[in-house]
Amino acid sequence: MSDGIAHDGVLSWQELEHSPGYPSRSRMLKGPVAVIECVQEIPCNPCEAACPFQAITVGEKITNVPRLNEAKCVGCGQCLTRCPGLAIFLVDMSSQDGSASLAFPYEYLPLPSVGEDVDAVDRSGCYACRGKVLSVQDPARNEGTAVIKIEIPEAYVHHVRGIARSGGPDE
Amino acid sequence: MTAVDVGIIGAGPAGIAAGIEAATAGCSVALFDGHLEPGGQLIKQIHRFFGSREHRAGVRGIRIAHELWTEAQSLGVQSFLGWEVFGVQSSPSGFRLHARLTDDMSVDDQPISKTVTARTLILATGAEEKAINFEGWTLPGVMGAGAAQTMANVWRVRPGESVLMIGAGNVGLIVSYHLLQAGIDVAAVLEAAPTIGGYGVHAAKISRAGIPILTSHSIIKALGTEHVTGALIAQVDPSWNPISGTERKIDVDSICIAGGLRSNTRLAKLAGCQLAFCRELGGWLPIHNAQLETTVKGIYVAGDAAGIEEASTAIEEGRIAGLVAARSLGRDDKASSDRLDGMKERLSSLRGGPFCEGIRVAKRRIFDLGEEPCPTA
Repeated sequence: MSDGIAHDGVLSWQELEHSPGYPSRSRMLKGPVAVIECVQEIPCNPCEAACPFQAITVGEKITNVPRLNEAKCVGCGQCLTRCPGLAIFLVDMSSQDGSASLAFPYEYLPLPSVGEDVDAVDRSGCYACRGKVLSVQDPARNEGTAVIKIEIPEAYVHHVRGIARSGGPDE
Repeated sequence: MTAVDVGIIGAGPAGIAAGIEAATAGCSVALFDGHLEPGGQLIKQIHRFFGSREHRAGVRGIRIAHELWTEAQSLGVQSFLGWEVFGVQSSPSGFRLHARLTDDMSVDDQPISKTVTARTLILATGAEEKAINFEGWTLPGVMGAGAAQTMANVWRVRPGESVLMIGAGNVGLIVSYHLLQAGIDVAAVLEAAPTIGGYGVHAAKISRAGIPILTSHSIIKALGTEHVTGALIAQVDPSWNPISGTERKIDVDSICIAGGLRSNTRLAKLAGCQLAFCRELGGWLPIHNAQLETTVKGIYVAGDAAGIEEASTAIEEGRIAGLVAARSLGRDDKASSDRLDGMKERLSSLRGGPFCEGIRVAKRRIFDLGEEPCPTA
């Protein structure tokens, strides 16, 4: 595993484990929940106001790391497009059939299509597993930040955080 | 000759914010920028901004530029876009600003220079990129990260098809992200330091896109004869010396340098402002106090021109400079004191946290210098 976010841009398990924004497995099994992967004390707090259920707290000091109250979070996903760092994801392990869903913000074109089979990638952009696109939300109010939801095998729910980009000069 | 209360040089976030505050306080304001489009660097910031709600966090920089400009216009700020101020002289009534029409504007039968007098002056002249020199650094295809960003986001031109980014501060990381969004391949982001200087969330976006961020790595030379065809890179030791045997070649057609910024101090020097060198703030910058007044009475400085930080702090500094300038002209009321306190409070919250520790210390040092008795101008 890596040395952590400041060394190669990939969060280590240790950093994730200690993050107050990372929900428990038991909460993930109950239904969709926000996963906040923001571990550094930077001056930023729009996630706090984005949550209609007061499930995210930054507090008076805007450099505090966001804290998730997993009992209050209903998994609405409002925070995903308000985080300037694109560091909030939505995980749902409630299906109990070996699959899980992951929603993530995505700012590349072209957007994938619903039903498409995609390469799901981990935090370092490496291929992790195959995924299927469940939904693509790109309403005008999101101002260019789409939210993609994919289905992946449950075993990859802590690994996968996006999909391989398509397009670019070579394709 | 036009005469105004407050002359502002630079229509970036600091300059526009200064204009808004000065005009709100009832001052006549003239705002100059050599570029035709207002907003400074904001016009290429297509990402969502950090900060708090008061700083429009979560809003893209390009929209912030538009909102600020609309507000300034509605307050009657006179704008001189495409006019570059090349001279500042003190005059009995304040300062005389000499401006010239920049080259990209050609209007028949119109004067190409003008002089405006201003009772006070706010220098919001921004910053320039620092170059990093290495063998082959003058080859076509080697450019500043800011230049690549301007090409991609303002002019919609790809600076290259495959880019090597030098520097993993926020500029290097954000510009890499913008290049990826423009469909350009980023081969790697190099950082000579052992850790990434920019925010982890910016780095995470780059890593998630499959782009390696190589810390303790540097460029040895740019390869190519007519233009860049690749780069030779190597691992470096803690003193940034290349470790022999670790060299390898990367095929790219462009190399972007994100080696930091320095304040643009030319007009400040011309106006007689004393400068100080401060590494944490980018290098030489005009000495100023907490009210942002320089060592020349009546001249204020704000934004990157007052030390390299970022756009939200630039806006807040601009507001302070605009309000303080207005108060110095007697446009003062009880409410303005409260407003000023609010601005200072927001500014210090932006400078909170471990990332800004160096900046906090450095700014205090500059303020201390700025509190020393002013030499008579």
